[in-house]
Amino acid sequence: MTTTTDWKQAAYVAGQAADARVNVELETEGMTLNLGPQHPATHGTLRIVARLDGEQVVWAEPVCGYMHRGYEKLCEVRTYPQVTTLVNRIDWLGHFANEVPFILAAEKLMEVEAPPRAQWLRTIFFEMARIANVSLFLGDMGVQLGAITPVFFAFRDREHVLNLMEAVTGGRFHPNFDRIGGLKEDLPKGWVDETKAVMKRVRTFCDEMEDLLMGNEIFQTRTRGIGVIPPAVGLEYGLSGANVRASGVDWDLRRDEPSPLAWKDVDFKVWTHPDGDSFARYWVRLQEVREASLIVEKLLDGLPSGSIQAKVPRIIKVTAGEAWVHTENPLGEMGYYVVSKGGLGPFRCKIRTPSFNNISILPWVLRGTYVPDVITILASLYFILGDIDR
Amino acid sequence: MSSAAEVLGDLLVAEEGDVVRVDRANWKRAAELCRDRLHMDYFCFLSGIDWLPAPGLSGEKVFDPDAPTDGGDEDAEPTEMETGVAGGDTRFQVLARLYSTRHKVGITLKADLDDADPAVESWTTVYRGADWHEREAWEMYGFRFDGHPSLRHIYLPGEFEGHPLRKDFPLLAREVKPWPGLVDVEPMPGEPEGDGEAEEASA
Repeated sequence: MTTTTDWKQAAYVAGQAADARVNVELETEGMTLNLGPQHPATHGTLRIVARLDGEQVVWAEPVCGYMHRGYEKLCEVRTYPQVTTLVNRIDWLGHFANEVPFILAAEKLMEVEAPPRAQWLRTIFFEMARIANVSLFLGDMGVQLGAITPVFFAFRDREHVLNLMEAVTGGRFHPNFDRIGGLKEDLPKGWVDETKAVMKRVRTFCDEMEDLLMGNEIFQTRTRGIGVIPPAVGLEYGLSGANVRASGVDWDLRRDEPSPLAWKDVDFKVWTHPDGDSFARYWVRLQEVREASLIVEKLLDGLPSGSIQAKVPRIIKVTAGEAWVHTENPLGEMGYYVVSKGGLGPFRCKIRTPSFNNISILPWVLRGTYVPDVITILASLYFILGDIDR
Repeated sequence: MSSAAEVLGDLLVAEEGDVVRVDRANWKRAAELCRDRLHMDYFCFLSGIDWLPAPGLSGEKVFDPDAPTDGGDEDAEPTEMETGVAGGDTRFQVLARLYSTRHKVGITLKADLDDADPAVESWTTVYRGADWHEREAWEMYGFRFDGHPSLRHIYLPGEFEGHPLRKDFPLLAREVKPWPGLVDVEPMPGEPEGDGEAEEASA
């Protein structure tokens, strides 16, 4: 695994040597560049300190903690049903997807299983959260590279998905809808047809992004071969989700992990790309949004009827024990390690968020890149600050 | 693929399902074996647990697991955990999760740490992703990771004192004002006294 670093280091040293030859007359002076904490590419407040030699980054270090809210501590002083209010603020664009693994962990400890209809609806909302989250990335990546239009398209079409979420849950961003043993409420009338229409729209949006952005020559030159992450290095840093699938790792927890959710009941394709560069990461995410819209349609077609809530006590006490549940969230692998002592709230709740690991690779991947590419790489790794700082 | 029990062999203290406990002296060795023999190529997370019983915050019966439960609660869960795979023999425990993308299985490693001097060997030379997680565990729990290149604050400001995720670190907001959300776990008006366990939620 170290060989890839050596290769990267060697490339860097060679680059330095080449620069030195050019710079015999034109000496460059080192400088430190502070990126953020307020920068559109940071999706919140992340600061990156980069030491530059001319245009090249010699050393870079992300500084996080500007938005640390101490959720792991706060979880310890809340009851299980109250924790969902906290956790859907972790990755605020993937709202509902944050609640699901926590509720599943509590259900695993209590040995409660939600009825099939609730599991299917959870899966539908989960995939809709993925669409709402990742489609914003698809537009936002354009903004980082200087293309303004795509982000308006993204906001426009994401709004339809959010409206549907609001129709069911009452909340656009913070649904707080998942309950131990099921869901808060059933679907409103006419929701299914409406959703199918919106899913078609999502796919049209994906086509538009393909035409507008992915086929664009400037976009390609600015992303292809930029920020290449070999699969072994990515996994060692704990990268997950589309970030490793773009490096050719065929791994998706929706398919590979036994889960009570309904992914096992539908066929879907796990998209991978061999290149591992910024373009591959964009490409994989675009395919995933399209795939998610198809999953939602298939689930809606087969939606079972029946109850949406299993019988649970009104005051929930979770059986003592430890449970680890992880799911394939929009940003990557998200998991909760819940320790219960049999009380009303978790004794310890470790929240494993994808973005924390996804950006821990930045010092490695930014070394030797050029300043404009820093933004490309940041945008393509796609993180949400709330998901780093928790 | 050989099982975790075979590979880790002598290092095991306890094993059940995908959770194994190893001695703290073998913490790094266990990671190396997992990486090389079990093909655990993916580093998931590393963190800690403080097993100190939670101090009862003012007026919050909810959060004191050792408080005696009031009547009508015959089948309440025992508050004492059996020490085996779950639980720990000492106050602090370090835990980490690894995964094999080849075999699609994961493993959770745990090790009990010394109360007075919670220290283990660093994993940074085994998994580079462990760097930030160890910094977080260092600042949140005060664990020491021997061999870590630079243990410094990752979330908290540099002059911060104390280790927030330790159970004896007070959550000031709760000390000052009782949690208003507590009303949700009290019996509804008009309901029979008791903790409401008998009440089944309607479908």
